[in-house]
Amino acid sequence: MTPKIETKNLQLYYGAHHALKGIDFSANANTVTALIGPSGCGKSTFLRCFNRMNDLIDGCEVEGQILIDGMNINDKYLNVDELRKKVGMVFQKPNPFPKSIFENVAYGLRINGINDKKTLEEKVEKALRQAALWEEVKDNLKKSAMSISGGQQQRLCIARALAVEPSLVLMDEPTSALDPISTSKVEELIYQLKEKYTILIVTHNMQQAARVSDRTAFFYIGEMIEYNDTTEIFTNPKIERTQNYITGRFG
Amino acid sequence: MLKKIINKIIEGFIKTSGWVSSIIVLLIIIFLFKEATGLFTKSPLEEGYVLVVNKKNPIDKLSPDQLKNVFDRDSTSWKTLGGMNAPIEIFTVEDISTFYNDSMIGANMENLPWCINDHIAKTENVISYFPEKYLPKNFEGKIMHLDNVSVYQFLKNKIWLPSARPVAQVGALPLIISTLLVSLVAILIALPIGLAAAIYLAEVADSRIRTFLKPVIELLAGIPSVVYGFFGLVIIVPFIQKIFSLPVGETGLTGSIILAIMALPTIITVAEDALRTVPKAMKEASLALGATHWQTIYKVMIPYASSGITAAAILGIGRAVGETMVALMVTGNANNFTFSLLKPIRTIPATIAAELGEASYGGMHFKALFALGCILFLITLVINVYVEYLSGKKTK
Repeated sequence: MTPKIETKNLQLYYGAHHALKGIDFSANANTVTALIGPSGCGKSTFLRCFNRMNDLIDGCEVEGQILIDGMNINDKYLNVDELRKKVGMVFQKPNPFPKSIFENVAYGLRINGINDKKTLEEKVEKALRQAALWEEVKDNLKKSAMSISGGQQQRLCIARALAVEPSLVLMDEPTSALDPISTSKVEELIYQLKEKYTILIVTHNMQQAARVSDRTAFFYIGEMIEYNDTTEIFTNPKIERTQNYITGRFG
Repeated sequence: MLKKIINKIIEGFIKTSGWVSSIIVLLIIIFLFKEATGLFTKSPLEEGYVLVVNKKNPIDKLSPDQLKNVFDRDSTSWKTLGGMNAPIEIFTVEDISTFYNDSMIGANMENLPWCINDHIAKTENVISYFPEKYLPKNFEGKIMHLDNVSVYQFLKNKIWLPSARPVAQVGALPLIISTLLVSLVAILIALPIGLAAAIYLAEVADSRIRTFLKPVIELLAGIPSVVYGFFGLVIIVPFIQKIFSLPVGETGLTGSIILAIMALPTIITVAEDALRTVPKAMKEASLALGATHWQTIYKVMIPYASSGITAAAILGIGRAVGETMVALMVTGNANNFTFSLLKPIRTIPATIAAELGEASYGGMHFKALFALGCILFLITLVINVYVEYLSGKKTK
């Protein structure tokens, strides 16, 4: 089976700073992979390689291969907008647009040229159901997205990402700004989404990584130190630095 | 100890400065409105003059408009004014020698009041207007009262001749229309260009170009308006005259173009700041969904920054409405009632600047100019309040 996503000797520089040092990584379809490590270790940067969000940073250079479904996306002739339609992303803080709940989810569809009201309604409902938000907002779709709670906003952002039917979903610390109840809802959701999507999640929360992911990668100062099944990493880490980090001795 | 005293002095100075400046502003506004109300409480007849008719004339009162029609020979019969069925005969002091010979008037015109009295008493359909000093002691005619100018007439009338005789014509409508029209067109020109420039600076230009361009645009705001006016007079006026083949190039459109150029720096800087306050997370959310840069700009960033952009537009309008020197130099200074942009017009600030020097202190003309000042003040006040409202809405 070919892996869903793969990187080969991925090098990334922010100007003179060498932020990712030769990462060889692969993940299969319909799995959840957690990326853990102390702040500044490069895990978010690594995550952002898969939808080329690093392009927005001046002086950022990426070398090596990044493959999605066997296709190298680290190619300057690649249509980045098309790539991003296939790779959804959820950010650290909920960042809904100051529009209605409906329009937030419909945004990605509209920029894809879908303007038929019925299709939009169907797809918005489907995405909101997948994000386990439909029951809570179905009567208030016209309400401003800024008026719902932070946890609901984050699930709305997940729905917004799912509405364009990506195959890969990137999550950058999606629960770091949420309370425990909202966090557990989002975690439950991630677990369910695995059936349809391949998920990469950056997290600072060890328990969260242990709960939601199939495999876990530990990053440290731009290198991927250890990458294995989550149960292996948390019960039987091969490398001492990994063990020190997950047991809380540093980081 | 000394430090304490110095602190007290500084504190006192800061407090008094605040109060003094607030009071000065208030006093200016009070003075402005006090002078302006004089226009509506004073007889519009020239000071020191009387308006008289024959005793048998049933009309006691005329409005300024009616009087103007009489002296312009637009109303020729008393009947149209609700009086007797006779033509109106206008008598002026200069006409006296056609009715009385020099010996009757006297060598030093000492009998002039008597002659005037005699003529008015004899002629039933006469109306006359002369200096009060010629009014005889036992006058046998009737002194007419003239209605005061009403606010409605001031706003509605189309003729601005504040030094006209016998009655000043103070119709502010053409001035108001010109001011609003020139400002509106200026903003219609400046807003798209300013917004485009703001988007370019905030989103498209790379940082080297931006660091060069931004100060240059801000510098534009610092150029004295007389320099803009001069530029307009030398470059834009002949250009407009040529392309529209007009008799004169000083038109409302010329003014609008220069005012648009002057409003640009304000619009660009304020709109650019508004676009820069759009959170990075908003932009990233849109881009991550596969939106192009342009889609992100017009579907997310502009709506997010819309209140700031509106504020930019309104500040630009405010600048255009109040600008005096450019309007004075390039709009032709003709008091036309017109909606055409290709005719010479005159704005409120230009009128005040041009006429205040020749208006006698405290006179009708003087007060009319203050009333114009009030209108201008109210227009800019409305604009400022609206900006406050918008920026207040944004911070919520």
